Amino acid sequence: MEDLKKIKLTRRQWLKALIISILSIELMYVFTSLSKNNLRRKQNKSMYNAGKLSSFQPGQVYPFGTQKLYLSRFEDGGLLAISTRCTHLGCMVQANDNGFVCPCHASSFNQYGEVLSSPAIRALDIFPVEVEKGMVMVDLSSPIKRKGFDKSQLHYES
Amino acid sequence: MGKQTGIRAFLLHLHPKQVDERAIKFTRTFGLGGINALLFVILAVSGLLLRFAYIPSQVGAYDSILALQNNVSFGSLLRNLHHWSAMLMVVTAFLHLLRVFYSISIFQERRKNWFFGLGLMLLVLFSNFTGYLLPWDQLSYWAVTIMTNMLEYFPVIGQPLANLFRGGDSVNEQTLLNFFTLHTGLLPLLFVVFSILHIWQVRKAKGVTVSDKTARTMVPAYPNLVWKEIVLALLLIALLLVFSMFVDAPLQEKANPAISPNPSKAPWYFMGFQEMLMHIHPFFAVFVIPVIVVAFLCYVPYFKYQELNIGQWFHSAKGKKLTIVSILFSCVLTLLLILISDISAGFQTLSGKLPLIIITGLIPFFLYFTPMLAFLFLLKKQQEASRIELIIAFFTIITMSYLVMMFVGILLRGKNMELIFFQT
Repeated sequence: MEDLKKIKLTRRQWLKALIISILSIELMYVFTSLSKNNLRRKQNKSMYNAGKLSSFQPGQVYPFGTQKLYLSRFEDGGLLAISTRCTHLGCMVQANDNGFVCPCHASSFNQYGEVLSSPAIRALDIFPVEVEKGMVMVDLSSPIKRKGFDKSQLHYES
Repeated sequence: MGKQTGIRAFLLHLHPKQVDERAIKFTRTFGLGGINALLFVILAVSGLLLRFAYIPSQVGAYDSILALQNNVSFGSLLRNLHHWSAMLMVVTAFLHLLRVFYSISIFQERRKNWFFGLGLMLLVLFSNFTGYLLPWDQLSYWAVTIMTNMLEYFPVIGQPLANLFRGGDSVNEQTLLNFFTLHTGLLPLLFVVFSILHIWQVRKAKGVTVSDKTARTMVPAYPNLVWKEIVLALLLIALLLVFSMFVDAPLQEKANPAISPNPSKAPWYFMGFQEMLMHIHPFFAVFVIPVIVVAFLCYVPYFKYQELNIGQWFHSAKGKKLTIVSILFSCVLTLLLILISDISAGFQTLSGKLPLIIITGLIPFFLYFTPMLAFLFLLKKQQEASRIELIIAFFTIITMSYLVMMFVGILLRGKNMELIFFQT
Protein backbone atom coordinates (compact mmCIF):
# COMPACT_ATOMS: atom_id res chain seq x y z
CA MET A 1 0.00 0.00 0.00
CA GLU A 2 2.69 2.38 1.02
CA ASP A 3 4.55 1.75 -2.22
CA LEU A 4 1.44 2.52 -4.24
CA LYS A 5 0.95 5.80 -2.42
CA LYS A 6 4.50 6.80 -3.16
CA ILE A 7 4.12 6.03 -6.87
CA LYS A 8 0.89 8.02 -7.03
CA LEU A 9 2.53 11.01 -5.42
CA THR A 10 5.55 10.95 -7.68
CA ARG A 11 3.37 10.50 -10.72
CA ARG A 12 1.43 13.59 -9.78
CA GLN A 13 4.63 15.52 -9.25
CA TRP A 14 6.02 14.25 -12.50
CA LEU A 15 2.90 15.29 -14.40
CA LYS A 16 2.98 18.69 -12.75
CA ALA A 17 6.61 19.21 -13.74
CA LEU A 18 5.83 18.06 -17.27
CA ILE A 19 2.89 20.42 -17.64
CA ILE A 20 4.84 23.36 -16.25
CA SER A 21 7.75 22.77 -18.59
CA ILE A 22 5.46 22.38 -21.63
CA LEU A 23 3.65 25.58 -20.66
CA SER A 24 6.87 27.52 -20.23
CA ILE A 25 8.14 26.37 -23.63
CA GLU A 26 4.85 27.54 -25.16
CA LEU A 27 4.98 30.87 -23.37
CA MET A 28 8.57 31.41 -24.48
CA TYR A 29 7.50 30.68 -28.07
CA VAL A 30 4.69 33.22 -27.79
CA PHE A 31 6.92 35.95 -26.37
CA THR A 32 9.75 35.49 -28.83
CA SER A 33 7.32 35.50 -31.76
CA LEU A 34 5.63 38.62 -30.48
CA SER A 35 8.88 40.52 -30.02
CA LYS A 36 10.08 39.44 -33.48
CA ASN A 37 6.81 40.69 -34.99
CA ASN A 38 7.14 44.04 -33.29
CA LEU A 39 10.68 44.51 -34.62
CA ARG A 40 9.53 43.68 -38.14
CA ARG A 41 6.70 46.20 -37.90
CA LYS A 42 9.00 49.02 -36.83
CA GLN A 43 11.32 48.54 -39.78
CA ASN A 44 8.56 49.20 -42.31
CA LYS A 45 8.96 52.74 -43.54
CA SER A 46 6.96 53.99 -46.46
CA MET A 47 7.98 57.27 -48.04
CA TYR A 48 5.32 58.90 -50.14
CA ASN A 49 6.41 61.03 -53.05
CA ALA A 50 4.17 64.11 -52.98
CA GLY A 51 5.67 65.80 -56.04
CA LYS A 52 8.12 68.50 -57.00
CA LEU A 53 8.92 71.07 -54.32
CA SER A 54 8.61 73.86 -56.85
CA SER A 55 4.99 72.94 -57.55
CA PHE A 56 3.94 73.82 -54.01
CA GLN A 57 3.12 77.55 -53.84
CA PRO A 58 3.70 79.43 -50.57
CA GLY A 59 0.46 80.14 -48.67
CA GLN A 60 -1.36 77.13 -50.11
CA VAL A 61 -2.73 73.89 -48.68
CA TYR A 62 -2.62 70.77 -50.86
CA PRO A 63 -4.92 67.83 -50.07
CA PHE A 64 -3.83 64.23 -50.64
CA GLY A 65 -7.09 62.33 -50.04
CA THR A 66 -5.91 58.76 -50.42
CA GLN A 67 -2.82 59.36 -48.28
CA LYS A 68 -4.96 61.12 -45.64
CA LEU A 69 -2.61 64.06 -45.69
CA TYR A 70 -2.63 67.83 -46.13
CA LEU A 71 0.63 69.36 -47.27
CA SER A 72 0.83 73.01 -46.23
CA ARG A 73 3.41 75.45 -47.54
CA PHE A 74 3.45 78.62 -45.50
CA GLU A 75 4.36 82.12 -46.72
CA ASP A 76 7.93 81.75 -45.51
CA GLY A 77 8.35 78.54 -47.51
CA GLY A 78 8.08 76.16 -44.52
CA LEU A 79 6.52 72.75 -45.22
CA LEU A 80 4.17 70.96 -42.83
CA ALA A 81 2.57 67.57 -43.56
CA ILE A 82 -0.60 67.40 -41.48
CA SER A 83 -2.62 64.22 -41.00
CA THR A 84 -6.29 64.57 -41.97
CA ARG A 85 -7.29 62.15 -39.24
CA CYS A 86 -9.14 64.11 -36.55
CA THR A 87 -7.58 63.44 -33.17
CA HIS A 88 -11.03 63.32 -31.65
CA LEU A 89 -12.72 60.32 -33.28
CA GLY A 90 -10.87 59.66 -36.49
CA CYS A 91 -13.00 61.41 -39.10
CA MET A 92 -11.29 63.16 -42.03
CA VAL A 93 -10.94 66.90 -41.38
CA GLN A 94 -11.66 69.33 -44.21
CA ALA A 95 -9.62 72.42 -45.01
CA ASN A 96 -11.34 75.80 -44.81
CA ASP A 97 -10.22 79.44 -44.64
CA ASN A 98 -9.15 79.34 -40.99
CA GLY A 99 -7.53 75.92 -41.04
CA PHE A 100 -9.35 72.62 -40.68
CA VAL A 101 -12.74 71.54 -39.42
CA CYS A 102 -14.04 68.07 -38.59
CA PRO A 103 -17.47 67.21 -40.00
CA CYS A 104 -18.27 64.62 -37.35
CA HIS A 105 -18.15 66.51 -34.08
CA ALA A 106 -17.30 70.05 -35.19
CA SER A 107 -13.77 70.24 -33.79
CA SER A 108 -11.79 72.95 -35.50
CA PHE A 109 -8.06 73.46 -35.96
CA ASN A 110 -5.95 76.37 -37.14
CA GLN A 111 -3.65 76.25 -40.17
CA TYR A 112 -0.90 74.66 -38.04
CA GLY A 113 -3.30 71.93 -36.85
CA GLU A 114 -3.68 73.30 -33.32
CA VAL A 115 -7.07 72.93 -31.63
CA LEU A 116 -9.28 76.01 -31.98
CA SER A 117 -12.39 74.46 -30.51
CA SER A 118 -13.05 71.12 -28.86
CA PRO A 119 -14.22 68.32 -28.56
CA ALA A 120 -10.76 67.45 -29.95
CA ILE A 121 -8.11 67.78 -27.27
CA ARG A 122 -4.91 67.25 -29.24
CA ALA A 123 -3.41 68.97 -32.26
CA LEU A 124 -3.56 67.10 -35.58
CA ASP A 125 -0.72 64.63 -36.06
CA ILE A 126 2.06 65.52 -38.48
CA PHE A 127 4.32 63.40 -40.70
CA PRO A 128 8.08 63.85 -41.12
CA VAL A 129 8.97 65.62 -44.36
CA GLU A 130 12.17 65.36 -46.34
CA VAL A 131 13.17 66.80 -49.68
CA GLU A 132 15.20 64.51 -51.92
CA LYS A 133 16.37 65.63 -55.36
CA GLY A 134 13.71 68.35 -55.45
CA MET A 135 10.91 65.91 -54.55
CA VAL A 136 8.88 66.27 -51.35
CA MET A 137 8.89 62.93 -49.50
CA VAL A 138 6.48 62.30 -46.65
CA ASP A 139 6.98 59.43 -44.18
CA LEU A 140 3.40 58.19 -43.82
CA SER A 141 4.36 55.27 -41.60
CA SER A 142 5.31 57.33 -38.56
CA PRO A 143 2.77 59.98 -37.62
CA ILE A 144 4.00 62.26 -34.82
CA LYS A 145 1.66 63.02 -31.93
CA ARG A 146 2.13 66.51 -30.54
CA LYS A 147 0.57 68.93 -28.08
CA GLY A 148 0.85 72.03 -30.17
CA PHE A 149 2.78 73.72 -32.92
CA ASP A 150 6.28 75.15 -32.81
CA LYS A 151 8.60 76.40 -35.51
CA SER A 152 10.85 73.33 -35.39
CA GLN A 153 8.07 71.24 -36.92
CA LEU A 154 8.34 73.13 -40.21
CA HIS A 155 10.66 71.82 -42.87
CA TYR A 156 12.70 74.41 -44.80
CA GLU A 157 14.58 73.79 -48.01
CA SER A 158 17.11 76.41 -48.98
CA MET B 1 -55.54 17.06 -24.14
CA GLY B 2 -53.90 13.63 -24.25
CA LYS B 3 -50.39 12.40 -23.71
CA GLN B 4 -47.93 14.36 -25.80
CA THR B 5 -44.77 13.20 -27.46
CA GLY B 6 -42.28 14.57 -29.95
CA ILE B 7 -41.62 18.16 -30.89
CA ARG B 8 -44.88 19.47 -29.51
CA ALA B 9 -44.16 18.03 -26.09
CA PHE B 10 -40.68 19.53 -26.17
CA LEU B 11 -41.98 22.99 -27.08
CA LEU B 12 -44.58 22.85 -24.36
CA HIS B 13 -41.78 21.89 -22.03
CA LEU B 14 -40.45 25.45 -22.26
CA HIS B 15 -43.45 26.44 -20.16
CA PRO B 16 -44.64 25.00 -16.87
CA LYS B 17 -47.89 23.02 -17.04
CA GLN B 18 -49.77 25.55 -14.92
CA VAL B 19 -49.26 29.31 -14.97
CA ASP B 20 -50.61 32.17 -12.88
CA GLU B 21 -53.52 33.86 -14.61
CA ARG B 22 -52.08 37.32 -13.90
CA ALA B 23 -48.62 36.40 -15.19
CA ILE B 24 -49.92 35.75 -18.70
CA LYS B 25 -51.88 38.99 -18.99
CA PHE B 26 -50.45 40.93 -21.92
CA THR B 27 -49.84 44.07 -19.86
CA ARG B 28 -47.77 42.13 -17.32
CA THR B 29 -44.82 41.63 -19.68
CA PHE B 30 -46.05 43.01 -23.03
CA GLY B 31 -44.59 39.78 -24.38
CA LEU B 32 -41.24 41.55 -24.70
CA GLY B 33 -39.00 38.62 -23.78
CA GLY B 34 -40.85 36.40 -26.23
CA ILE B 35 -40.64 39.09 -28.93
CA ASN B 36 -36.88 39.23 -28.48
CA ALA B 37 -36.60 35.45 -28.75
CA LEU B 38 -38.72 35.51 -31.90
CA LEU B 39 -36.67 38.35 -33.39
CA PHE B 40 -33.52 36.34 -32.76
CA VAL B 41 -34.98 33.42 -34.72
CA ILE B 42 -36.02 35.73 -37.58
CA LEU B 43 -32.55 37.30 -37.58
CA ALA B 44 -30.79 33.94 -37.51
CA VAL B 45 -32.80 32.59 -40.44
CA SER B 46 -32.63 35.76 -42.57
CA GLY B 47 -28.96 36.22 -41.65
CA LEU B 48 -28.14 32.70 -42.74
CA LEU B 49 -29.83 33.35 -46.09
CA LEU B 50 -27.96 36.65 -46.47
CA ARG B 51 -24.69 34.80 -46.07
CA PHE B 52 -25.36 33.06 -49.39
CA ALA B 53 -25.17 36.43 -51.12
CA TYR B 54 -22.69 38.44 -49.07
CA ILE B 55 -18.96 38.76 -49.82
CA PRO B 56 -16.94 39.99 -46.81
CA SER B 57 -14.24 41.95 -48.64
CA GLN B 58 -13.49 45.57 -49.30
CA VAL B 59 -13.96 45.12 -53.04
CA GLY B 60 -16.93 42.77 -52.91
CA ALA B 61 -19.08 43.75 -49.95
CA TYR B 62 -20.90 46.77 -51.32
CA ASP B 63 -21.38 45.28 -54.77
CA SER B 64 -22.70 42.05 -53.31
CA ILE B 65 -25.38 44.03 -51.47
CA LEU B 66 -26.28 45.83 -54.69
CA ALA B 67 -26.41 42.51 -56.52
CA LEU B 68 -28.60 41.07 -53.78
CA GLN B 69 -31.00 43.97 -54.04
CA ASN B 70 -31.11 44.18 -57.83
CA ASN B 71 -30.63 40.63 -59.13
CA VAL B 72 -32.01 38.30 -56.48
CA SER B 73 -35.75 37.62 -56.15
CA PHE B 74 -36.90 39.00 -52.82
CA GLY B 75 -33.29 39.98 -52.09
CA SER B 76 -34.34 43.46 -51.05
CA LEU B 77 -37.11 42.07 -48.87
CA LEU B 78 -34.67 39.70 -47.17
CA ARG B 79 -32.19 42.47 -46.40
CA ASN B 80 -34.95 44.81 -45.22
CA LEU B 81 -36.40 42.13 -42.97
CA HIS B 82 -32.99 41.49 -41.40
CA HIS B 83 -32.29 45.20 -41.00
CA TRP B 84 -35.62 46.18 -39.48
CA SER B 85 -35.78 43.15 -37.20
CA ALA B 86 -32.33 44.06 -35.88
CA MET B 87 -33.35 47.67 -35.29
CA LEU B 88 -36.57 46.57 -33.63
CA MET B 89 -34.66 44.20 -31.40
CA VAL B 90 -32.58 47.04 -29.95
CA VAL B 91 -35.84 48.75 -29.04
CA THR B 92 -37.63 45.70 -27.65
CA ALA B 93 -34.57 44.51 -25.71
CA PHE B 94 -34.31 47.95 -24.13
CA LEU B 95 -38.05 48.01 -23.36
CA HIS B 96 -37.71 44.55 -21.81
CA LEU B 97 -34.94 45.90 -19.58
CA LEU B 98 -37.16 48.81 -18.56
CA ARG B 99 -40.09 46.46 -17.91
CA VAL B 100 -38.22 44.16 -15.52
CA PHE B 101 -36.60 47.12 -13.79
CA TYR B 102 -39.74 49.16 -13.23
CA SER B 103 -41.85 46.17 -12.22
CA ILE B 104 -39.28 45.39 -9.48
CA SER B 105 -38.46 42.02 -11.00
CA ILE B 106 -34.68 41.89 -10.68
CA PHE B 107 -34.23 41.15 -7.00
CA GLN B 108 -33.69 38.12 -4.77
CA GLU B 109 -33.83 34.89 -6.80
CA ARG B 110 -33.85 36.94 -10.04
CA ARG B 111 -30.58 38.74 -9.31
CA LYS B 112 -28.51 36.39 -11.41
CA ASN B 113 -30.90 36.66 -14.31
CA TRP B 114 -30.51 40.45 -14.31
CA PHE B 115 -26.86 39.83 -15.21
CA PHE B 116 -27.69 37.39 -17.99
CA GLY B 117 -30.14 40.02 -19.20
CA LEU B 118 -27.53 42.78 -19.15
CA GLY B 119 -25.18 40.43 -21.00
CA LEU B 120 -27.85 39.80 -23.62
CA MET B 121 -28.50 43.53 -23.98
CA LEU B 122 -24.77 44.01 -24.60
CA LEU B 123 -24.82 41.20 -27.16
CA VAL B 124 -27.81 42.78 -28.94
CA LEU B 125 -25.96 46.10 -29.21
CA PHE B 126 -22.67 44.51 -30.23
CA SER B 127 -24.35 42.26 -32.82
CA ASN B 128 -26.20 45.22 -34.21
CA PHE B 129 -23.06 47.30 -34.34
CA THR B 130 -20.91 44.62 -36.03
CA GLY B 131 -23.69 44.15 -38.58
CA TYR B 132 -23.75 47.87 -39.19
CA LEU B 133 -20.35 47.80 -40.94
CA LEU B 134 -21.11 44.95 -43.33
CA PRO B 135 -22.84 46.95 -46.15
CA TRP B 136 -19.55 48.93 -46.42
CA ASP B 137 -21.23 52.16 -47.43
CA GLN B 138 -20.41 55.69 -46.26
CA LEU B 139 -22.93 55.47 -43.43
CA SER B 140 -21.52 52.26 -41.98
CA TYR B 141 -17.85 53.05 -42.58
CA TRP B 142 -17.88 56.34 -40.70
CA ALA B 143 -20.20 55.16 -37.96
CA VAL B 144 -17.76 52.36 -37.19
CA THR B 145 -14.77 54.70 -37.47
CA ILE B 146 -16.34 56.96 -34.83
CA MET B 147 -17.27 54.10 -32.53
CA THR B 148 -13.90 52.34 -32.61
CA ASN B 149 -12.16 55.68 -32.03
CA MET B 150 -14.37 56.25 -28.99
CA LEU B 151 -12.97 53.03 -27.59
CA GLU B 152 -9.45 54.47 -27.84
CA TYR B 153 -10.18 56.96 -25.05
CA PHE B 154 -10.62 54.12 -22.58
CA PRO B 155 -7.48 54.33 -20.41
CA VAL B 156 -4.61 51.86 -20.87
CA ILE B 157 -6.44 49.10 -22.75
CA GLY B 158 -8.44 51.35 -25.10
CA GLN B 159 -5.89 51.75 -27.88
CA PRO B 160 -4.82 48.07 -28.10
CA LEU B 161 -8.46 46.95 -27.85
CA ALA B 162 -9.54 49.28 -30.65
CA ASN B 163 -6.63 48.10 -32.81
CA LEU B 164 -7.55 44.49 -32.05
CA PHE B 165 -11.15 45.01 -33.22
CA ARG B 166 -10.06 46.96 -36.28
CA GLY B 167 -7.04 44.86 -37.09
CA GLY B 168 -5.12 48.10 -37.62
CA ASP B 169 -5.23 51.77 -36.75
CA SER B 170 -8.10 52.59 -39.08
CA VAL B 171 -11.16 50.76 -40.36
CA ASN B 172 -10.02 48.53 -43.22
CA GLU B 173 -10.68 45.19 -44.86
CA GLN B 174 -9.44 43.31 -41.79
CA THR B 175 -12.05 45.17 -39.72
CA LEU B 176 -14.72 43.99 -42.14
CA LEU B 177 -13.58 40.39 -41.79
CA ASN B 178 -13.40 40.67 -37.99
CA PHE B 179 -16.86 42.12 -37.76
CA PHE B 180 -18.25 39.57 -40.21
CA THR B 181 -16.86 36.70 -38.15
CA LEU B 182 -18.13 38.17 -34.90
CA HIS B 183 -21.50 38.98 -36.40
CA THR B 184 -22.19 35.65 -38.07
CA GLY B 185 -20.28 33.32 -35.78
CA LEU B 186 -19.22 34.14 -32.28
CA LEU B 187 -21.96 36.55 -31.23
CA PRO B 188 -24.96 34.43 -32.30
CA LEU B 189 -23.38 31.45 -30.53
CA LEU B 190 -22.96 33.45 -27.33
CA PHE B 191 -26.49 34.72 -27.76
CA VAL B 192 -27.89 31.19 -27.84
CA VAL B 193 -25.97 30.22 -24.70
CA PHE B 194 -27.06 33.34 -22.79
CA SER B 195 -30.68 32.98 -23.95
CA ILE B 196 -30.86 29.41 -22.67
CA LEU B 197 -29.49 30.51 -19.30
CA HIS B 198 -31.84 33.50 -19.26
CA ILE B 199 -34.99 31.47 -19.98
CA TRP B 200 -33.93 28.67 -17.63
CA GLN B 201 -33.54 31.23 -14.83
CA VAL B 202 -37.08 32.50 -15.45
CA ARG B 203 -38.39 28.95 -15.05
CA LYS B 204 -36.25 28.51 -11.95
CA ALA B 205 -37.72 31.66 -10.40
CA LYS B 206 -41.18 30.14 -11.03
CA GLY B 207 -42.15 32.40 -13.90
CA VAL B 208 -42.57 36.13 -14.24
CA THR B 209 -43.31 38.29 -11.21
CA VAL B 210 -46.83 39.05 -10.01
CA SER B 211 -47.61 41.59 -7.33
CA ASP B 212 -49.15 39.29 -4.71
CA LYS B 213 -47.62 35.83 -4.60
CA THR B 214 -50.20 34.33 -2.24
CA ALA B 215 -53.31 35.03 -4.29
CA ARG B 216 -52.64 32.63 -7.14
CA THR B 217 -55.14 31.38 -9.68
CA MET B 218 -53.44 28.76 -11.81
CA VAL B 219 -54.56 27.94 -15.33
CA PRO B 220 -53.09 25.42 -17.81
CA ALA B 221 -50.33 26.93 -19.98
CA TYR B 222 -51.88 25.24 -22.99
CA PRO B 223 -53.93 26.80 -24.51
CA ASN B 224 -54.07 29.93 -22.32
CA LEU B 225 -50.46 31.08 -22.70
CA VAL B 226 -49.42 29.23 -25.84
CA TRP B 227 -52.22 30.65 -27.96
CA LYS B 228 -51.44 34.18 -26.87
CA GLU B 229 -47.82 33.64 -27.84
CA ILE B 230 -48.74 32.25 -31.24
CA VAL B 231 -51.07 35.15 -32.01
CA LEU B 232 -48.46 37.74 -30.96
CA ALA B 233 -45.72 35.98 -32.95
CA LEU B 234 -47.80 35.76 -36.12
CA LEU B 235 -48.87 39.38 -35.78
CA LEU B 236 -45.27 40.54 -35.36
CA ILE B 237 -44.02 38.49 -38.31
CA ALA B 238 -46.84 39.82 -40.49
CA LEU B 239 -46.15 43.43 -39.50
CA LEU B 240 -42.39 43.08 -40.03
CA LEU B 241 -42.94 41.58 -43.47
CA VAL B 242 -45.30 44.35 -44.54
CA PHE B 243 -42.94 47.01 -43.22
CA SER B 244 -39.98 45.41 -45.02
CA MET B 245 -41.92 45.29 -48.29
CA PHE B 246 -42.42 49.04 -48.32
CA VAL B 247 -39.51 50.57 -46.40
CA ASP B 248 -35.98 49.98 -47.68
CA ALA B 249 -32.98 49.58 -45.40
CA PRO B 250 -30.61 52.53 -45.91
CA LEU B 251 -27.72 52.17 -48.32
CA GLN B 252 -25.53 55.14 -49.24
CA GLU B 253 -22.62 55.35 -51.66
CA LYS B 254 -19.73 52.93 -51.32
CA ALA B 255 -17.40 53.63 -48.41
CA ASN B 256 -14.73 56.23 -49.15
CA PRO B 257 -12.03 56.35 -46.45
CA ALA B 258 -10.87 59.76 -47.68
CA ILE B 259 -14.12 61.69 -47.23
CA SER B 260 -16.21 61.90 -44.07
CA PRO B 261 -19.76 62.92 -44.89
CA ASN B 262 -20.99 66.03 -43.13
CA PRO B 263 -22.46 65.32 -40.65
CA SER B 264 -21.15 61.84 -39.79
CA LYS B 265 -23.24 60.06 -37.22
CA ALA B 266 -22.85 56.90 -35.18
CA PRO B 267 -25.63 54.25 -35.33
CA TRP B 268 -28.75 55.84 -33.86
CA TYR B 269 -28.63 53.89 -30.58
CA PHE B 270 -25.09 55.19 -29.94
CA MET B 271 -25.96 58.78 -30.81
CA GLY B 272 -26.39 59.55 -27.11
CA PHE B 273 -22.68 58.84 -26.72
CA GLN B 274 -21.72 60.98 -29.68
CA GLU B 275 -23.84 63.83 -28.33
CA MET B 276 -22.25 63.47 -24.90
CA LEU B 277 -18.80 63.53 -26.50
CA MET B 278 -19.55 66.94 -27.94
CA HIS B 279 -20.02 68.40 -24.49
CA ILE B 280 -17.70 66.56 -22.20
CA HIS B 281 -14.07 65.45 -22.21
CA PRO B 282 -13.68 61.96 -23.77
CA PHE B 283 -12.12 60.62 -20.57
CA PHE B 284 -15.44 61.30 -18.84
CA ALA B 285 -17.73 60.43 -21.75
CA VAL B 286 -16.08 57.13 -22.61
CA PHE B 287 -14.66 56.04 -19.27
CA VAL B 288 -15.88 57.72 -16.06
CA ILE B 289 -19.60 57.97 -16.84
CA PRO B 290 -20.05 54.55 -18.52
CA VAL B 291 -18.16 52.87 -15.68
CA ILE B 292 -20.38 54.60 -13.09
CA VAL B 293 -23.54 53.63 -14.96
CA VAL B 294 -22.53 50.01 -15.57
CA ALA B 295 -21.38 49.60 -11.97
CA PHE B 296 -24.70 51.02 -10.80
CA LEU B 297 -26.69 48.70 -13.06
CA CYS B 298 -24.76 45.66 -11.82
CA TYR B 299 -25.12 46.66 -8.19
CA VAL B 300 -28.84 47.54 -8.19
CA PRO B 301 -30.03 44.09 -7.00
CA TYR B 302 -27.42 44.06 -4.22
CA PHE B 303 -28.26 47.27 -2.33
CA LYS B 304 -29.85 46.69 1.07
CA TYR B 305 -33.57 47.45 0.89
CA GLN B 306 -35.97 47.70 3.84
CA GLU B 307 -38.91 46.81 1.65
CA LEU B 308 -39.47 45.73 -1.91
CA ASN B 309 -42.85 45.24 -3.52
CA ILE B 310 -41.74 42.60 -5.99
CA GLY B 311 -43.83 42.62 -9.14
CA GLN B 312 -45.52 45.93 -8.31
CA TRP B 313 -45.07 48.56 -11.00
CA PHE B 314 -42.73 51.33 -9.74
CA HIS B 315 -42.75 49.68 -6.27
CA SER B 316 -45.61 51.94 -5.10
CA ALA B 317 -47.90 54.79 -6.13
CA LYS B 318 -45.30 57.19 -4.80
CA GLY B 319 -42.62 55.45 -6.86
CA LYS B 320 -44.72 56.04 -9.97
CA LYS B 321 -45.12 59.72 -9.14
CA LEU B 322 -41.39 60.15 -8.48
CA THR B 323 -40.60 58.42 -11.77
CA ILE B 324 -42.70 60.93 -13.69
CA VAL B 325 -41.10 63.86 -11.82
CA SER B 326 -37.65 62.40 -12.52
CA ILE B 327 -38.42 62.14 -16.21
CA LEU B 328 -39.36 65.83 -16.34
CA PHE B 329 -36.36 66.86 -14.25
CA SER B 330 -33.97 64.86 -16.41
CA CYS B 331 -35.34 66.27 -19.67
CA VAL B 332 -35.07 69.85 -18.44
CA LEU B 333 -31.59 69.42 -16.96
CA THR B 334 -30.16 67.63 -19.98
CA LEU B 335 -31.63 70.01 -22.55
CA LEU B 336 -30.50 73.01 -20.51
CA LEU B 337 -26.93 71.74 -20.25
CA ILE B 338 -26.82 70.92 -23.97
CA LEU B 339 -27.95 74.46 -24.76
CA ILE B 340 -25.48 76.08 -22.34
CA SER B 341 -22.65 73.95 -23.67
CA ASP B 342 -23.53 74.73 -27.28
CA ILE B 343 -23.80 78.46 -26.70
CA SER B 344 -20.59 78.65 -24.68
CA ALA B 345 -18.84 76.50 -27.34
CA GLY B 346 -18.07 73.61 -25.04
CA PHE B 347 -17.20 75.49 -21.84
CA GLN B 348 -13.78 76.41 -23.19
CA THR B 349 -14.37 80.13 -23.33
CA LEU B 350 -14.45 80.06 -19.52
CA SER B 351 -10.70 80.16 -19.21
CA GLY B 352 -7.59 79.37 -21.16
CA LYS B 353 -5.48 78.70 -18.13
CA LEU B 354 -7.03 75.65 -16.52
CA PRO B 355 -6.20 72.24 -18.00
CA LEU B 356 -8.67 70.98 -20.60
CA ILE B 357 -9.77 68.02 -18.51
CA ILE B 358 -11.11 70.38 -15.85
CA ILE B 359 -12.79 72.81 -18.23
CA THR B 360 -14.41 70.29 -20.55
CA GLY B 361 -14.43 67.37 -18.11
CA LEU B 362 -14.95 68.13 -14.46
CA ILE B 363 -17.06 71.28 -14.86
CA PRO B 364 -19.77 69.71 -17.10
CA PHE B 365 -19.60 66.56 -14.98
CA PHE B 366 -20.44 68.50 -11.81
CA LEU B 367 -22.92 70.72 -13.63
CA TYR B 368 -24.83 67.54 -14.33
CA PHE B 369 -24.35 65.52 -11.16
CA THR B 370 -24.72 68.29 -8.55
CA PRO B 371 -28.31 69.29 -9.48
CA MET B 372 -29.13 65.62 -9.85
CA LEU B 373 -27.89 64.70 -6.39
CA ALA B 374 -29.63 67.76 -4.96
CA PHE B 375 -32.83 66.61 -6.63
CA LEU B 376 -32.47 63.11 -5.18
CA PHE B 377 -31.75 64.60 -1.76
CA LEU B 378 -34.92 66.67 -2.05
CA LEU B 379 -36.93 63.57 -2.92
CA LYS B 380 -35.53 61.86 0.15
CA LYS B 381 -36.19 64.72 2.56
CA GLN B 382 -39.45 66.16 1.25
CA GLN B 383 -41.12 63.08 -0.20
CA GLU B 384 -39.57 60.62 2.25
CA ALA B 385 -38.65 58.40 -0.65
CA SER B 386 -37.38 54.96 0.32
CA ARG B 387 -34.14 53.56 -1.03
CA ILE B 388 -35.75 51.62 -3.87
CA GLU B 389 -37.68 54.72 -4.91
CA LEU B 390 -34.45 56.73 -4.99
CA ILE B 391 -32.76 54.00 -7.03
CA ILE B 392 -35.68 54.11 -9.46
CA ALA B 393 -35.38 57.92 -9.66
CA PHE B 394 -31.61 57.75 -10.30
CA PHE B 395 -32.06 55.09 -12.99
CA THR B 396 -34.83 57.16 -14.58
CA ILE B 397 -32.74 60.33 -14.71
CA ILE B 398 -29.73 58.57 -16.25
CA THR B 399 -31.85 56.71 -18.79
CA MET B 400 -33.84 59.77 -19.76
CA SER B 401 -30.67 61.84 -20.16
CA TYR B 402 -29.31 59.26 -22.57
CA LEU B 403 -32.57 59.23 -24.52
CA VAL B 404 -32.67 63.04 -24.67
CA MET B 405 -29.07 63.19 -25.89
CA MET B 406 -29.83 60.46 -28.40
CA PHE B 407 -32.83 62.28 -29.85
CA VAL B 408 -31.01 65.62 -29.93
CA GLY B 409 -28.13 63.92 -31.76
CA ILE B 410 -30.38 62.13 -34.24
CA LEU B 411 -32.99 64.78 -34.95
CA LEU B 412 -31.62 68.21 -34.07
CA ARG B 413 -28.09 68.14 -35.43
CA GLY B 414 -27.42 69.06 -39.01
CA LYS B 415 -24.36 70.20 -40.93
CA ASN B 416 -21.17 70.50 -38.83
CA MET B 417 -23.20 68.88 -36.02
CA GLU B 418 -24.70 72.28 -35.24
CA LEU B 419 -28.16 72.48 -33.70
CA ILE B 420 -30.57 73.04 -36.56
CA PHE B 421 -32.03 76.15 -34.91
CA PHE B 422 -28.68 77.94 -34.97
CA GLN B 423 -27.87 77.14 -38.55
CA THR B 424 -27.63 79.87 -41.07
